[in-house]
Amino acid sequence: MNLLGKLDWSAIPFDQPIIMGASGGMILGIGAVLSWVLLKGYVPYLWREWITSVDHKRIGVMYIVLALLMLLRGFSDAIMMRTQQAVAAGGAQGYLPPEHYDQIFTAHGTIMIFFVAMPLVIGLMNFVVPLQLGIRDVAFPTLNSVSMWLTASGILLINVSLFVGEFARTGWVAYPPLSELQFSPGVGVDYYLWSLQISGVGTLLTGINFVTTILKTRAPGMGYMRMPVFCWTALASNLMIVAVFPILTATFAMLLLDRYLGFHFFSIDAGGNAMMYVNLFWMWGHPEVYILVLPAFGVFSEVAATFSGKPLFGYRSMVAATMAICILSMMVWLHHFFTMGASANVNAIFGMASMIIGVPTGVKIFNWLFTMYGGRVRFTTPVLWTIGFMVTFVLGGLTGVLLAVPAVDWTVHNSMFLIAHFHHVIIPGVVFGAFAGYVYWFPKAFGFTLDERWGKAAFWCWFIGFHLAFMPLYVVGLMGMTRRLQHYDVLSWQPWLLVAEAGAVVIFAGIVCQIVQIVVSIRRREELRDLTGDPWNARTLEWSTASPPPAWNFAVLPNVAGRDAYWAQKKLGHATEATQARKYEPIEVPTNTATGFVNAFFAVVTGFALIWHIWWLAALGLLGALATFLLFAFRDEEEVEVPAKALAEFDRTHHAEVAP
Amino acid sequence: MNVAVAIHDVKQDAFAPASEAGPAPKRIVAAFGFWIFLLSDIVMFSALFAAYAVLSHATAGGPTAVQLFSQTNVAVETACLLVSSYTCGIMSLAINARRRAATYLYALLTFLLGAAFLALEVREFADMVAIGAAPQRSAFLSSFFTLVGCHGLHVAAGLVWLTVMMAQVAVLGFRASVLRRLLCFALFWHALDIIWVWLFTAVYLIGVQS
Repeated sequence: MNLLGKLDWSAIPFDQPIIMGASGGMILGIGAVLSWVLLKGYVPYLWREWITSVDHKRIGVMYIVLALLMLLRGFSDAIMMRTQQAVAAGGAQGYLPPEHYDQIFTAHGTIMIFFVAMPLVIGLMNFVVPLQLGIRDVAFPTLNSVSMWLTASGILLINVSLFVGEFARTGWVAYPPLSELQFSPGVGVDYYLWSLQISGVGTLLTGINFVTTILKTRAPGMGYMRMPVFCWTALASNLMIVAVFPILTATFAMLLLDRYLGFHFFSIDAGGNAMMYVNLFWMWGHPEVYILVLPAFGVFSEVAATFSGKPLFGYRSMVAATMAICILSMMVWLHHFFTMGASANVNAIFGMASMIIGVPTGVKIFNWLFTMYGGRVRFTTPVLWTIGFMVTFVLGGLTGVLLAVPAVDWTVHNSMFLIAHFHHVIIPGVVFGAFAGYVYWFPKAFGFTLDERWGKAAFWCWFIGFHLAFMPLYVVGLMGMTRRLQHYDVLSWQPWLLVAEAGAVVIFAGIVCQIVQIVVSIRRREELRDLTGDPWNARTLEWSTASPPPAWNFAVLPNVAGRDAYWAQKKLGHATEATQARKYEPIEVPTNTATGFVNAFFAVVTGFALIWHIWWLAALGLLGALATFLLFAFRDEEEVEVPAKALAEFDRTHHAEVAP
Repeated sequence: MNVAVAIHDVKQDAFAPASEAGPAPKRIVAAFGFWIFLLSDIVMFSALFAAYAVLSHATAGGPTAVQLFSQTNVAVETACLLVSSYTCGIMSLAINARRRAATYLYALLTFLLGAAFLALEVREFADMVAIGAAPQRSAFLSSFFTLVGCHGLHVAAGLVWLTVMMAQVAVLGFRASVLRRLLCFALFWHALDIIWVWLFTAVYLIGVQS
């Protein structure tokens, strides 16, 4: 009986210089940040104001910080793959051995979807939705903190896999039978499964929280047809989270049972059915695409309306299109594997459903165009991201319609054409959208705008780099190149892959511009300071409060009388009304709690112990989580009161909210 | 002047729709959120049901449903669970009347019935494993043990929760947060019954027929 399960010194890849270098750099970086925080004495501040915070704005910011850090990791994987494929043609083998290359493409996909795109989108929703709805927090603030920290636990585990053990070599979908114990005996798949199970619980709780927030706690007068479109897209996205993340949890649980206890759900013997995994996975996976992209569509709607100085064109059709996509997205999963061999009729039905989903998306594109048409468009960075998205996404969508034809799909299935297609929709759709939202709402979160020059430079690098990197992949895909190749013999592919490599470098320049942008903006923050709370002359309620907003968001809950509530109030001249006459009443805000953080600590311990079969530690971790939960359940004080005097004082010293 | 214009001239809040009423009370919000959680839980079960439906005939030469399932055992289990729902309902009435003794009594009955259900299920599983019908034997048995076992785990979690809630009633009394949690527990317990009724039908009734 080994106390440390499968864990021993052989788990550390001392013989792999690239991995050791990367882990060493990461450990040094984390160590440097930690010691800086310790030496400067920031620990109490971080603990009080961030780690134990249940404020949706703080939690949203932390989600986005996590996502941007993981974007660097995911992008490193991407540029390593591009470099390998640019050189490993014919006789050259490149610099990455196959078993390492396989881990890299798996980690890239897993990290980009689960730990970049998801936290970006959830972070934006966290920050924006309660402010736009005119309320003080989400429905369950502590649960929100638990969700965020569970996501962080998953992120920590997946990064530990770099240094201790290995990551999965199965591709980010982890299809069995390859992901079964028989063919993947190492801990890689276990890292994959446990980090996603843990963060998946967090995501599910977020979904429950936001559905409840949006349906049950809107400000007085905020009827459904008055909600900003971003809130509608957040609602659709969270409804989908609630509807499909449990499927992923169940599917991964089945695979875990196969791997840990010798069950036969997806095995090749004893009646297991691997295609069932593929079906279940994509029943989650396709809606997941829309979970990510719909909130980005919401960002574009806000940006288009604000910077055109016009109400959004076709609000009702926008809402209808959002909800139509929400439903249709659950009826197209089979188009990810037309090659399964279902009958022609089944394939035809799913092909048609996939094409139909293009219709509401088209409605949205036209709505944004007509919003800008005839408006006085201010070409700020968020608008550039929006226009760049529209131009790019339409093309990516068209190749999607092409792939929805089963006969075409059979010939390009799992080729680089597919890789080009899904990056062509996800990067403009989700990443550009998240960046537009990041620049748009940054001044609300921190009280100063981001530098426009570096922002525009970042956009152009990303935009040009994206096309350079992915258009060639369509070509090599049509030339017959399949995905996930560590090495290839067809020399005519190489020029295209060299162009793609150049594109990745240009995208890297874009990322550098973004890092410079944030540094420059922080240094110039006094020049960029926004004291009005409304730097863009915007339309929705989040801009009616101070920047950054106080913990209670609104001293007096706004009374909403129509769509674009803040715009209407500005037009009526309420925005400048004196605050002297307002009646302040004390507000209850939820107390800070370490529950989320401590629970996440035990989640990491449990996950790590399960990955390495250290059963006693897993039991301890679970007990610890239970104890944390009980402590929380028995605590005495749930809310603290902010006295009316403090509210009045804040309003006197900051830009005041619009009087209702 | 048409009607629409006339309506616009009237003061709006005279007949504001429910969706414009502002934030709902905490009790409603908590129960609504818990309903959403229950729906997500049901989605998770539906994935397990789907897996069982796909694999129920994949017996790989091992024992089949007809050979394994005992109708009487399942009937007693079902009776325990349904009666426990009834006692849980009476517990809710006792809570609404703020009667502590009755609350403890019916919580105890609910607990005992739930524990009896679990004991019967564990015995059924143990008997199956003893005759070589373990989950490792075939895909059918894997999916059977997972589906039924997942429900059993939920019942076990419910028993722990019920115990904690009684401790909360004892220590914290019937304060608002405790009442909300008791409401959520009742929803949870009844939802487990609903899932069991489906499970009973899809696994045991249909299983013995074919």
